Amino acid sequence: MIEVIDTEHCTACDICVSVCPTNVFDKTDGIPRIARQSDCQTCFLCELYCPEDALFVSPFADAPQTVDVAALKEATLLGSYRRAVGWVEESRHLRAADRSYRLFGH
Amino acid sequence: MTNSPGRAEKLSSSAGSVVYDADVLVLGGGPAGTWAAISAAEQGARVVLADKGFCGTSGATAAAGTGVWYVDPVPERREAAMASREKLGGYLQDRRWMARVLDRTYAQSNQLADWGYPYPDDDDGRPQRNSLQGPEYMRLMRKRTKQAGVTILDHSPALELLVDGNGVVAGAAGLRRQKGDRWVVNAKAVVIATGGCAFLSKTLGSNVLTGDGYLLAAEAGAEFTSMEFSNAYAISPAFGSVTKTLFYSWASFTDEQGSVIPGASSKGGRSVIARALRKGPVYAQLDQADAATQRHMRASQPNFFLPFDRTGIDPFTQRFPITLRLEGTVRGTGGLRIIDDSCATTVPGLYAAGDAATRELICGGFTGGGSHNAAWAMSSGYWAGHGAAEFARQLGTTIGRQAFRRGAVGLRSGNGRPLQGGALARSVQDEVFPYELNYFREAGRLGESLARLDALWLDASTADAPSEQELLRGREAAAMLATARWMYRSALARQESRGMHRRDDYPGQDDRYLHFVTTGGLDEVWTSARPLASAQYAEAAE
Ligand SMILES: Cc1cc2nc3c(=O)[nH]c(=O)nc-3n(C[C@H](O)[C@H](O)[C@H](O)COP(=O)(O)OP(=O)(O)OC[C@H]3O[C@@H](n4cnc5c(N)ncnc54)[C@H](O)[C@@H]3O)c2cc1C
Ligand code: SF4
Ligand code: SF4
Repeated sequence: MIEVIDTEHCTACDICVSVCPTNVFDKTDGIPRIARQSDCQTCFLCELYCPEDALFVSPFADAPQTVDVAALKEATLLGSYRRAVGWVEESRHLRAADRSYRLFGH
Repeated sequence: MTNSPGRAEKLSSSAGSVVYDADVLVLGGGPAGTWAAISAAEQGARVVLADKGFCGTSGATAAAGTGVWYVDPVPERREAAMASREKLGGYLQDRRWMARVLDRTYAQSNQLADWGYPYPDDDDGRPQRNSLQGPEYMRLMRKRTKQAGVTILDHSPALELLVDGNGVVAGAAGLRRQKGDRWVVNAKAVVIATGGCAFLSKTLGSNVLTGDGYLLAAEAGAEFTSMEFSNAYAISPAFGSVTKTLFYSWASFTDEQGSVIPGASSKGGRSVIARALRKGPVYAQLDQADAATQRHMRASQPNFFLPFDRTGIDPFTQRFPITLRLEGTVRGTGGLRIIDDSCATTVPGLYAAGDAATRELICGGFTGGGSHNAAWAMSSGYWAGHGAAEFARQLGTTIGRQAFRRGAVGLRSGNGRPLQGGALARSVQDEVFPYELNYFREAGRLGESLARLDALWLDASTADAPSEQELLRGREAAAMLATARWMYRSALARQESRGMHRRDDYPGQDDRYLHFVTTGGLDEVWTSARPLASAQYAEAAE
């Protein structure tokens, strides 16, 4: 489930409010609010669209977890999915890294 | 508001709702819906696409990514591709449809390449087009849908269809949940591309998929088929949502003590896992993947590794607990019955595509892995959009046509008690999640479950509409309930095991059931047998 909006980096662009398929976030005057956490489907897509790597989705789908933002940063987990799919400048080559054709038919 | 001639027109935005006028309305913006919208727009239709979530991130494909049934047009390869699935699907498939889907998927995939989808090249420099990264694919599809002139309504779930006095579909109405008002689209044809029903099981990307399109189509009189093939369960880490199963082909499965569970496997031994899970925890470890394979896995499915990397588990060297999450008709094959090559349903002006439509024609009674669903979504989307645009063109002017709202359950006033969507959804889950009810089916258990589901329906269909905030939840729960009843009635009617449908009381395949089961109805659910397409042709030739 979505656990964190990192207030230090969030620019209140509201992209996450638009892209979350299950409408988990609400707009505010500033940083969006995680308004309906239990509706989160743990799809990780808000992380991909957040331009500031300010969101963290815990992989636990059924229960909220306590997470420590400092530790997440330490472990470079913020933005890790975005980097892995090539949605940041430094890793653009990964967009075409799919090797599924080597794995199908096993 | 000014409109270019090809755009759907926004008529007014008074009295708590916006009204649009379009030729074609597409409900759902996954692959099927976006391909349908683009294809209708290419025919010159003015198109509106409404999605419950956000077109581009919503639905099973955007979150999961898919293998695609992309086969080079070499006759032997095509033949092998078709033949390889016939036994699994229980010989219900239709060769003519398989060939058409292979052709269409090939064309659409190559179109994606022209549009700039970053397909990889293999070591010999040949492009490889049998896999699509979900977020990348659907981001591109959103862009192309907009460029085609389609008006996209995000966070705008459809609630009900509009139908004219002759029973012809005339549009739909729904909510704009982030604006707190309603939308109405008057349209000459509607494509249902709302995906399947995964019963809010949190299988990857699928909590938006609650069978809404089935319910609103059924209220307009549409029929369903192959709804017994609706018990797909997918493996995921016990705590997580990532139900991507390909890599479990490299796994060993063990019990609490660490002993290998005999016969357990991702392919062909998943029922063994289900049985073991009824007794206790089951663990997996991808210990059969060598270093090169591990590298390919990481490159190919980055999201598979999120649950592991974020909990400090190395899935190649450590075992982790797994579970099976219900995917219902998302990786099942049941859905709206289509009656011709343009994916028309039995209701005039209503078309169906993707998981919302049956996949029996190419998958028979089994899918889940194997890339057919993705191929079906792009092919059926293309055909349905085309068909809907053609229907709209032939209909001509609809000025002065009266349209009636067909929605019932959860939308009208009733006995004074409001429909409780949350509680109802949980009650439905209690009937469809348990392996002993849905994975392993048996007449007595199915019958008892159906009695409970029918009672829930009686209750729901006489309830009041809930408050505006709870409206969507209420309709979703009602759609799940209706879906469960079509599933189990069809499952009772098929007194054999075939495809993914397994009956403890009829463990073998029985040739007397080499037909499709059609179903439908809301207050009264009915089923009937329907001959295979191939049998119909044989009859016509006699
Ligand atoms: C984990 C996972 C892995 C998969 N892997 C594969 C694979 O490898 N190969 C393969 O072929 N298939 C695979 N599938 C299946 C494949 O994802 C689906 O067949 C495909 O997404 C179907 O496309 P669709 O457009 O019909 O539905 P979806 O992609 O599910 O989109 C449906 C859309 O309808 C919208 N919607 C729902 N209700 C409403 C409403 N009331 N009003 C408006 N909009 C609504 C949703 O928000 C969503 O955007 C997988 C599925 C899952 C869950
Ligand atoms: S997308 Fe990221 S930066 Fe933008 S509002 Fe959301 S959390 Fe903040
Ligand atoms: S993980 Fe998915 S469902 Fe959860 S908040 Fe992010 S986008 Fe929304």
